[in-house]
Parts: sequence; C-alpha cells; structure tokens
Amino acid sequence: MSAPVIAAEGLTKTYGSLTAVAGIDFEVPPGESFGLLGPNGAGKSTTMRMVGAVSSRSAGTLRVLGLDPDTHGPAIRSQLGVVPQEDNLDTELRVRDNLIVYGRYFGIPRRTCATRADELLEFAQLADKARSKVDDLSGGMKRRLTIARALINEPRILMLDEPTTGLDPQARHVLWDRLFRLKERGTTLVLTTHYMDEAEQLCDRLVVVDHGKIMAEGSPSALIRQYSSREVVELRFGSERNAPRRRGSRERRSASRCCPTGCCSTRTTARRSSSTSPPRVCTPPRAWCGAPRSRTCSFGSRGGA
Amino acid sequence: MSASTDVDARSGGARALYSGNARVVVARGLLATKSTNWVVVVSGFFEPVFYLLAMGWGLGSFIGDVTLPSGTEISYAAYIAPGLLAVSAMNGAVYDSTWNVFFKMHFGKLYDAMLSTSMGPLDVALGEILYALLRGGVYAFGFLTVMQVLGLNLAWTAFLAVPAVLLVAFGFASIGMAITSYMKTFQHMDWINIVLLPMFLFSATFYPLTVYPTPIQWLIQALPLWHGTELVRGLTTGELSSASGLHVAYFVAMIAIGLTFTTKRLRALFLD
Ligand SMILES: Nc1ncnc2c1ncn2[C@@H]1O[C@H](COP(=O)(O)OP(=O)(O)OP(=O)(O)O)[C@@H](O)[C@H]1O
Ligand SMILES: [Mg+2]
Repeated sequence: MSAPVIAAEGLTKTYGSLTAVAGIDFEVPPGESFGLLGPNGAGKSTTMRMVGAVSSRSAGTLRVLGLDPDTHGPAIRSQLGVVPQEDNLDTELRVRDNLIVYGRYFGIPRRTCATRADELLEFAQLADKARSKVDDLSGGMKRRLTIARALINEPRILMLDEPTTGLDPQARHVLWDRLFRLKERGTTLVLTTHYMDEAEQLCDRLVVVDHGKIMAEGSPSALIRQYSSREVVELRFGSERNAPRRRGSRERRSASRCCPTGCCSTRTTARRSSSTSPPRVCTPPRAWCGAPRSRTCSFGSRGGA
Repeated sequence: MSASTDVDARSGGARALYSGNARVVVARGLLATKSTNWVVVVSGFFEPVFYLLAMGWGLGSFIGDVTLPSGTEISYAAYIAPGLLAVSAMNGAVYDSTWNVFFKMHFGKLYDAMLSTSMGPLDVALGEILYALLRGGVYAFGFLTVMQVLGLNLAWTAFLAVPAVLLVAFGFASIGMAITSYMKTFQHMDWINIVLLPMFLFSATFYPLTVYPTPIQWLIQALPLWHGTELVRGLTTGELSSASGLHVAYFVAMIAIGLTFTTKRLRALFLD
C-alpha cells in the first residue's frame, strides 16, 4: 500500500466570516480517480485551489505528494496539472504556443515542450488547430486545450474543476474518453462535478460535499445504492407568469438538500400552468447510462421568490 | 516508499517566491507582442521624436540657447532632447506595466495561469517588468540614435544614457506594476494619466527648474521624472556632478520598493 498523494485532515478555508470549507478529511492514493460532487457554493473549487497550492488553508493539515503547500507551493505545483473551472488560456498566443509557453513556465526545455505540445495536440484532437487563435476555438475545444496544457509537465496528479460543464453531450463524451485514457495510464485524477453520471464514468471513489462539509463518501455505485431510489420526480408549482424560471435557483438548492448525493442526473419536470390545477407527476425515461435515478422533491412556494 | 522522495524537498522559503524563471515571462511577452500589438509598440517610438521636432526645432528657433548651471550654452533642442529621452523610457515602461498588466490581471487571467505552475510571484513581477524595460530600452536606443543624427549628443558620455535610461525605465515599471496591482477598476487607472501628464510637463523637461519658487522646486525634485531627466541630461551634455549618483540611488530605491510591493500583492491576489 503506497502513501496517499493527497491527505487532508480538518481542511478548512474561511473568507472573513464565511466558511467555504468547514473541516473536511480525505485521502487519495496514487492512481486513484477521486471526485468531489456537490451543488454550487459547496466548496469544491476552494478545496481544489488549496490542494493546488494556490490558496492557503485557514486550518487543518494538508499534504500533497508528502509536502505542505504552505511551504512547498512551487514544488507541489510542478507536479500538478490544473484545469480550472474557468478556462484561463493565453488569448494573446496561438494554440500551440499556449502549450509550449506553459511548459516553459515549469522550466522545461523548449525542445521538450515542442515535442510534447505536438503529442498533446494529437491527444486533444486539436492538431489541425495548432496555428489558430484561442478565441477562435469552440468551448469544447478550449476545454480540451486546457486539459492538454495541464498535461505538458507530465503531472502526477491532474486536477479538473468541472471539466465538462457547458459542453454538449458529444463533447462531454470525447472529453470523458480522453480522461479515461489518462486514468488507464495511471495518472491520479481529482475532479469536481455537479453530475452523478460524470462521477460514475470517471471516479473510483467520491465524496459528496455541501456547505463545506462531506455529506457522504464511497464509490459512485455504492452511493447511488445507498442514497437514491430509482427515479427523479421534480414538482414545480408555477404561477401564470413563468414561475419556474424565476424560482429556478431556489428550487435547485432545495433539490440538492433533499437528495444527499446531489446525484440528480435526469430530471423530469411537471409544471402547473396555472395555480389552480393540480400538479402532474411524470416518470422520467430510462437514463442512458443505466444508473438508477434519485428521487428529488422540490416544492417552490406559490408566487414567492 | 514515501511519495515525496522524488520531489525536491529543499524548495521552501525563497523558492516559494522565485523560481529563477523570469526570462520565460519576458519571452512570452515578446511572442504575444509579435502576434498581436506591435503597432502600438512602433507608435510609441515616434511620439518623443515628434515632440523633439516640434519643440526643439520649431519652438527652439524662437528661444535660442539655454545656459546650463556650469555656464555652458547649448541649443534648446539639445537641452530638451535628454528630457524627452527620459520621458520616452517612462512612457514605454509605464504603458506596459500599467494598462497591459491591469488587463492581464483582471480580464486575461494570465497570472492565474502562470501562478498555477512552478513559478512564483517574483518571477511574474520581474518578468513583466523586464519586458516593459526591454521596450523602454528599444525606444531609448532609437531616440538616442535620432539625437546622434541631429547632433544633439554633446559629450562621449552620451552612450551611457542607454543604461541610465534602462534604470529609469526599470524604476517606473516597478512602481507602475506595484500601483496597478492595487487598482480595481478602469477609473482608478485614469489616475495614472492624471499624475503622468503634469510630471511630463513640469519636471524640468522643457525649461530649468530655477523658474519655480523654492517649495515647488522641492516638490518636483521629489518626483521620479526630474531625477531621470537630470541624470540623462548630465550624460548627453557631459555636465556630470555628484548629484548624478543621487539620481541613480533614487531609481535603485524605486526598483526595490516597486518589486517588493508587486511581489507581495501578487501573492495576496493569486496565492492567498
Ligand atoms: N475569493 C473568495 N472570496 C470570498 N468568498 C469566496 C471566495 N471564493 C469562494 N468563496 C465562497 O466560498 C464558497 C464556496 O465556493 P466554491 O467556489 O468553492 O464553490 P463550488 O463548490 O466550487 O461551487 P460551484 O459549483 O458554483 O463552482 C461560496 O460561498 C463562495 O461565495
Ligand atoms: Mg467551483
């Protein structure tokens, strides 16, 4: 049994009076694919940033590759590949130069960077875009380029913050396929996601976080077995004026609260067109990934916002 | 077997701030300039040349000669040229270290990306400042060539104006980036122009300091451009004095302060 590459104990981050991460414990052994699942504001990105040695913890202990990020930030970062939640590609450089220059930031010789850049462009299926401007790429291409960039230093741990958010289903599958190959090669993956189906595809083990705390932990299939029933039923009580849109965020929030895994991969929404008719309940179609579905009940109050 | 053994464990302390990789940041700046905004760079060269032609020749033909403190008489163009040289270094350095840095910091997310690699904040600060300096240096060399052609370099020490101008540019770039790192909106950025323009006009660029009452003289002497102008003028006219050393010290202090604050601030912003 080898030592964990990431070990967090009572890991905490506070911003003023706000506690973004409220004391979480987890360990990631080498080669594992580990997921953080949770709703908006759960503290996923904050945790990723602390592990990535770009944000200092407020309390607790943290070891990444056996080192303390507070004192060995650069040494840790040199072994990590980071895909942030929002792409931060260099829009003043062309696609291939983005990879080469990023590799140079790690002090890797130019020639090595160039060879790796060409390999990674193939890997990310962007070889024909090598001379394009970053702004001319589609969202999915940018995401693939960001992942390719994160691999230029041949990292021991790849950190992916919501790698597929905002991508169409096809682009997600292409990305999953690429990540799966990395996993097969033995790269440790740490990723965050809002989607249980994504966690199921990519993670060996995951923790569910909400309000900065770990709510559940286990393999995706075990979590689904333990916490969810077979279907998602989402009820919305709309008013005449398109209430679901107005109350969308609030209902999402309550949805994640009644489903402890937050694993709402498919939702079917029954809407009332007026406040007097009774709600209809629809059974969702079978999920394409074959996973059982969770039952979510969310009731927005009438006319309230 | 511990996972840490093949990671450099000596890397704490100063290495958290600096990984010795600033030149890559400079190289990145050159590559970005080459592919996007070289027109801005070229236009920056002509600005002081136009000033020199308009003021030095045009206005200078009305003004006649200027008497230096030592009693030597020189042409008006030879008097203002070193001032404009210092100003061109200032402008190049300030443009790169303020507007460009502000944009990268708040919109381009460039520093986010840089600081998620093994680079430290001092690599980024030093690299960006050196890049700004390089540009200031190119302007200075070009302008000095124009001065040579027009016969405005009056002493052999004029060639030392190149390193002097680099020092001036280094000082302005360091302070410029430090100040920019504290700025939050474009409105804040306008304050920089409000400071730069009067400094350009009043820092003994176009006429000797002695025209002002004493308190104003002190104020001007506290500002960096006056030190730059005097330092460069001493070199191109050959009128060096013990004050030249003081001017150099002023810029060395400016560099130290600027780098310290920039590094601190980048650390707070991107590695909090
Ligand atoms: N730099 C910051 N300053 C102040 N508060 C912050 C900062 N970064 C995050 N927070 C707060 O910390 C909490 C957790 O944010 P975080 O970005 O980690 O959530 P998340 O799980 O990644 O959410 P999402 O799914 O929306 O990306 C939020 O309440 C957020 O407002
Ligand atoms: Mg996030």
